[in-house]
Amino acid sequence: MADTTALLVTRITTRERIRAVLGSDLVYSFLRSRVTIAAAMVTAIIVIAALLAPLIAPHDPYDLRQLSLLDSHNPPAWLSGGDMRFLLGTDDQGRDVFSTILYGSRQSIAIGVMATLFAGMLGISLGLIAGYTGGTVDAVIMRAADIQSTFPAILIAMLIDGTSRALFGEQRNEQIVFWVMVLSIGLSFWVQYARTVRGSTLVEKNKDYVLAARLIGIAPVKILFRHVLPNVVGPVLVIATINLALAIITEATLSFLGLGLPSTQPSLGTLIQIGQKYLFAGEWWIAIFPGITLAALVLAVNLLGDWLRDALNPKLR
Amino acid sequence: MKLRTIIFALAAAAVSALPASAATLRFAFQGEFKSLDPYSLNESFTLGMLGNVYEGLTKRDKDLKIIPGLAERWEQVEPTRWRFYLRKGVKFHNGEDFTADDVVFSAERSFNQASDIKSRIQPAGTKAVKVDDHTVDFILPSPNPILHYEWDTWYIMSKKWAETNNSAAVQPATGTQMSYAALHTNGTGPFIITEHQAGVKTVFKKNPNWWGKPEHNIDEAIFTTISNDATRVAALLSGDVDFIDPVPLQDVQRINASGVAQVLQGPELRTIFLGFDQMRPELKYSNVKGKNPFKDVRVRKAFYLAIDEKAIADKVMRGAAVPSALMISPLLFDLAKDFKRPEPDPAQAKKLLAEAGYPNGFEVEMDCPNDRYVNDEAICQAVTAMLARAGIKINLNAQPKSKYFAKVLQSGGYDTSFFLLGWTPGSFDSWNVLANMYRCRDEKGVGGNMNLGGYCNQKVEVLTEKILVEPDKAKRDQMIKEAYTIGQEQDVAFVPLHQQALAWGISKKVKLAQRADNQILLYWFHKD
Repeated sequence: MADTTALLVTRITTRERIRAVLGSDLVYSFLRSRVTIAAAMVTAIIVIAALLAPLIAPHDPYDLRQLSLLDSHNPPAWLSGGDMRFLLGTDDQGRDVFSTILYGSRQSIAIGVMATLFAGMLGISLGLIAGYTGGTVDAVIMRAADIQSTFPAILIAMLIDGTSRALFGEQRNEQIVFWVMVLSIGLSFWVQYARTVRGSTLVEKNKDYVLAARLIGIAPVKILFRHVLPNVVGPVLVIATINLALAIITEATLSFLGLGLPSTQPSLGTLIQIGQKYLFAGEWWIAIFPGITLAALVLAVNLLGDWLRDALNPKLR
Repeated sequence: MKLRTIIFALAAAAVSALPASAATLRFAFQGEFKSLDPYSLNESFTLGMLGNVYEGLTKRDKDLKIIPGLAERWEQVEPTRWRFYLRKGVKFHNGEDFTADDVVFSAERSFNQASDIKSRIQPAGTKAVKVDDHTVDFILPSPNPILHYEWDTWYIMSKKWAETNNSAAVQPATGTQMSYAALHTNGTGPFIITEHQAGVKTVFKKNPNWWGKPEHNIDEAIFTTISNDATRVAALLSGDVDFIDPVPLQDVQRINASGVAQVLQGPELRTIFLGFDQMRPELKYSNVKGKNPFKDVRVRKAFYLAIDEKAIADKVMRGAAVPSALMISPLLFDLAKDFKRPEPDPAQAKKLLAEAGYPNGFEVEMDCPNDRYVNDEAICQAVTAMLARAGIKINLNAQPKSKYFAKVLQSGGYDTSFFLLGWTPGSFDSWNVLANMYRCRDEKGVGGNMNLGGYCNQKVEVLTEKILVEPDKAKRDQMIKEAYTIGQEQDVAFVPLHQQALAWGISKKVKLAQRADNQILLYWFHKD
């Protein structure tokens, strides 16, 4: 009997919550903007396709045993000389371009998301600490941020990548490379988070609820993460979305420059790099399809970020 | 005032941007031109470039025939004593006279620890002795009828110049500290290097005091490295450069159809091949511990059978390669026709690996240059995929040639387990191949200096020695055939892949001679 009551209570709250979410300003503004819906759909399609790559891709381009050199340089299936097995054609090693795009997007998105999370965690923590503590700590952290922001992100990413090469030697395994990419992209993006969070923290820390929390003796760390953080996190979401797009682009750039994942595991950037060698020779499909995918993904994520910024900005309502 | 300065600067810029009245040739190669020390790197491209500046006692003409160079003539006084009569009145670029002392010095320098051309003067123990200022004797411990075959790329350096500039020792290919002779030149040749930014740009100027009669009309030649294939082609088609090497094979048609440039293709003598470390008790870069799988001929044979060279030649090389069963071009060895490549057979390869104790294959790192040979990295990637089907996991380490050579050659301590390399015998003769690549060597590289994998078989060793002194061609060819049968067919010391085709991209304004050793020799260039 008591159990049923408890369940009933939960069900009502869940339903109410859903209703609250659906009725919120955020959902309202989302449903009103066609561009945003389109962007969300494109993002969802690419992300889902990438996540399910092993299930939908006709070939596994990372399994060298499946590659045959005799299948290389095939045009897309609908052109003369095309092969139905390779919908979007093949690259110079006989990899199916369509499958490689799926697998490559997976790498790009995984690295992008992990790097954004890492940058976010680092930036938020440092921003909170700087804003709340003030004084020397604040000065040190923010000056470090100032210095770093004078360098382009790609340069910092290359620096870290280069250092890791010196540390692990030229031959690094895929696992290490993946995390080095996450680290190098993440480390080059934390500044924005830190600045935003610090600004909001400076405002929040003098508000009454924080003072009250301090008065009753709650530990500073707890105040920061339980009380201040939820109130500064809005703008961070916006930055994170836009940074995700930037992180994916940075990953593609690094791969394009040959600094990314090994050539036996091409990501979108690697494919474009391979393709541009054959662009003049008329084999446009190796570079163009991954290029379109990358552009679509980054544009869609950016549009989402844009929408989120407007939706969360009370002045624009 | 300020405005006037600006106008002045603009005018000056405009004037300097005008094409020079004299013929200036701009040319580009895919790889870098690093050390100018002619003894640092035994590599056709570097040697060819330096061949514009330095000269050997002999030279080779457009058909690769040996002609007099800094030596006017030579004779064999007795089988173990050769006499070279040096050209008189030749001056180095800095004005010094060229004499016998320079030849003796250069001979000694070629034996220097860091020298990559130790095998130019053979057999070991040969001495250069000055007879008078313009005569040098070479005293050999045993006869060598082809003593001077590779001397066109044993460049004579000035003793005085090298010694005054602390460059008596050879610049090691691995070195990061560049010696004076690695950054400056002082040769006797038709061109002078006036500016050298290692790996970026090199400027050649005509040597007005050259002893020979110039066949070119080039006053200045500017070399740059353009490693990106598409950029190199675009530079040729837009007229930014007059000459590129190599033309990416996928762009041959486009260049020929452009109307402003053309592709000059020809057979090249270089053999592209794969090699194994068969010397170390344990491979440096592999997951097999405690033993070296490549010491087992079955493993080497399995690698050979796993590779479908025809697919590489057709697809990666777009037909511009001739599959090879030997480590030498059939153009250089008459009996090459008796050798056939085995048909690719991945199933048999797997079986051999299982017999050798690797039913699940193993992992090994492969060293590969990515800017040296035509489509080198793509070949390595294709090999990686083909070996994967036999169960071998290759970790591909593709690097620019400067880093690659510094790792795998003797100067880098033969730091490789499995590699792709190309070799043109400098003497255009099989003895060079056997002596450099099939002869045993020790850890320091004494012996078969280019035998990176350290293959060693006493029978081949003995045959190589005999071939060197055998004057009868038919007999000699039979011995060479026997050596290849043992070293290649039985022992699979290497996996020969193919002879690549030369593909030079040339502006319509330029006429030149293309030599089958792929050396870029400016003294046969003519630009309208």
